[in-house]
Amino acid sequence: MSDTQLHSLKRHGVVAGKSLLLAFAMFGFGYLMVPIYDIICEVTGLNGKTGRVSVAEANAVQATDRLVTVEFVASVNAGGSWIFRPQVQEMQVRPGELNHATYYAENLSNNTVVGQATPSVTPQSASIYFNKTECFCFTRQVFEPKGSKDMPLTFIIDPDLPINVDRVTLSYTFFKSPDQAT
Amino acid sequence: MSYSDKAHAHPGHDEHDDHHHGPAPGLMRWVTTTNHKDIGTLYLWFALIMFFIGGAMALIIRLELGSPGLQFVDPMFFNSMTTMHAIVMIFGVIMPAFVGLANWMIPMMIGAPDMALPRLNNWSFWIMPFAFTIMLSTLFMDSGGPAGGWTLYPPLVLQMGDSFAFVIFAIHFMGISSVMGSINIVATIFNMRPPGMTMMKMPMFVWTWLITAYLLIATIPVFAGAVTMLLTDRFFGTSFFSAAGGGDPVMFQHIFWFFGHPEVYILILPAFGIVSSIIPTFARKPLFGYDSMVYATASIAFLSFIVWAHHMFTTGMPLAGELFFMFSTMMISVPTGVKVFNWVATMWRGSMTFETPMLFAVGFVIMFTIGGLSGLMLAITPADIQYHDTYFVVAHFHYVLVPGAIYSLMAATYYWIPKWTGNMYDETLGKWHFWISTIFVNVLFFPMHFVGLAGMPRRIPDYNNIFADWNFIATIGAFGFGFSQLLFVYIILKCIKGGKEATSEVWEGARGLEWTVASPAPYHTFEVAPAITDTTITR
Repeated sequence: MSDTQLHSLKRHGVVAGKSLLLAFAMFGFGYLMVPIYDIICEVTGLNGKTGRVSVAEANAVQATDRLVTVEFVASVNAGGSWIFRPQVQEMQVRPGELNHATYYAENLSNNTVVGQATPSVTPQSASIYFNKTECFCFTRQVFEPKGSKDMPLTFIIDPDLPINVDRVTLSYTFFKSPDQAT
Repeated sequence: MSYSDKAHAHPGHDEHDDHHHGPAPGLMRWVTTTNHKDIGTLYLWFALIMFFIGGAMALIIRLELGSPGLQFVDPMFFNSMTTMHAIVMIFGVIMPAFVGLANWMIPMMIGAPDMALPRLNNWSFWIMPFAFTIMLSTLFMDSGGPAGGWTLYPPLVLQMGDSFAFVIFAIHFMGISSVMGSINIVATIFNMRPPGMTMMKMPMFVWTWLITAYLLIATIPVFAGAVTMLLTDRFFGTSFFSAAGGGDPVMFQHIFWFFGHPEVYILILPAFGIVSSIIPTFARKPLFGYDSMVYATASIAFLSFIVWAHHMFTTGMPLAGELFFMFSTMMISVPTGVKVFNWVATMWRGSMTFETPMLFAVGFVIMFTIGGLSGLMLAITPADIQYHDTYFVVAHFHYVLVPGAIYSLMAATYYWIPKWTGNMYDETLGKWHFWISTIFVNVLFFPMHFVGLAGMPRRIPDYNNIFADWNFIATIGAFGFGFSQLLFVYIILKCIKGGKEATSEVWEGARGLEWTVASPAPYHTFEVAPAITDTTITR
């Protein structure tokens, strides 16, 4: 192989190497979009993702006089055989005050199943002001065959909730958890 | 192909270097070849065969939609036809055909002896037939082909049977092939130009392909990542897109369209390059605004990365996001408009003649612009909520892809086939091919605007009776357009077999290095770097 051939091979190697590096970096970027997406959703409340606070933090907040209606909605993801519903349809709450609600779920199948609820808040602009100290959605819920239970939820609405919001809908979808190993 | 015969008959070479100057005999030539012209030919034949497979699928779709009700195929198969038609046409026809043209023409346009990495080149072609065999074989498996749309949205696509693994595997292969092909093109353009061929003297086709290659290298891996996540969600218990496990199906759409929108420009930028080569030849004027063409192409490529969520206006974005993606999308019409006006200005007061390549190129400019304008309508967020997932969208992207990208491929074939075969194609038949195709393609796609605006959803095998008349007309157009492409194959075969002998220049006054070599192009060209003068560059 002559010198010029070797030289041009080297130059091709440099360009190909850099391009390949770009390709691998972009493959990594595809995966990096997962945490980036989660952070953006958390910061902006996109997709109605709700916040989580500790009880101590919740108690430190000053309650206000304003009244906000909170509606509870429940739905079951396709393929799950459950009864799933809120115990009360709606309640009036004061932002800054800790509130309790309960959802009822019943396993209609003859097997032990694990359920997982995922929350969503509308309007989206309210979701970052909707915080929970305790929620059945934080953990997987195990059900005996034909078993049922009441599942608690404790939440607080941030007093900074925009003044034009007087009605917040909290919706839960109940899934059969992908992780059925109990 | 005929150039091989002539290369063999070439007198005046010593025995010992004969193997440098002609292709290996027999079928193994095509398997082991590292010659850019051979590989270009393989890519082009592959694309042509896939064009008829994808076209047959389109005809099944149109047959079913010819009248309301379910008559020929069951809905599941219908859905896998819409999905496969898209995958085949995008990854099996338009992309390989452009890569084939790049292989054939880029070394000849810049005056290089071959592609920079010839063995890689062989490999990137030969992956494709295997990838598509795997992809198409899913149609014959128990769980059927992919039927959730080519966009592969979860959770629907995750409900597919086990043949899903084959789909993902095939997509990975296609991606590897495209990335390798692109790396090769980038290395060729950067390293193989002879002295004097500066970047701003390169033909527009070379420029558009350089930018396309970067788009491919930057976005195909993102797509590979997205489908890998689907694969692990489906088979290995991860929850990237499963809300039950803390994931989010909407996130898939963001990742997919981050790839998917630049992909749209991957499918059209080389077409811009082809049209920018053809129009100056037949207008007998240099390309108007060469520099602005280069900058416009680069701007389109940049903007394509920041507009992806306009495919997702109905997923419930914040108002600020909708506004951002609406305006950034509309901004793309500025560089695209620069291009369209430059083509028109090139034709302005030119001594125009209308040979078949020019007819297809002018048809491209007009009909691509129709598709571009319906794209602007779709960019308007509040209007898009009405148009989303209707036949209006189908009409839009078929206008930019069929009389857009596909027409540019036909124009390129007619334009360069005398150089490839050494024979002129049958001009009369070529003109017939253009006019029949153009009439039927409009009969096929224009009515889709009307049924779309009236609310007919896409990807559904049945529809309300009120849409029946326009759908029947579209089906007539589909069969007319589909069968008229057999004429295209006939013209190509006839041209390979014989015809009026082509001169080196082929087209009167054509500029560019590819017209300085003999027709058919010898097996090896520009083994000695050509002199770059004002008459051998295109601008």
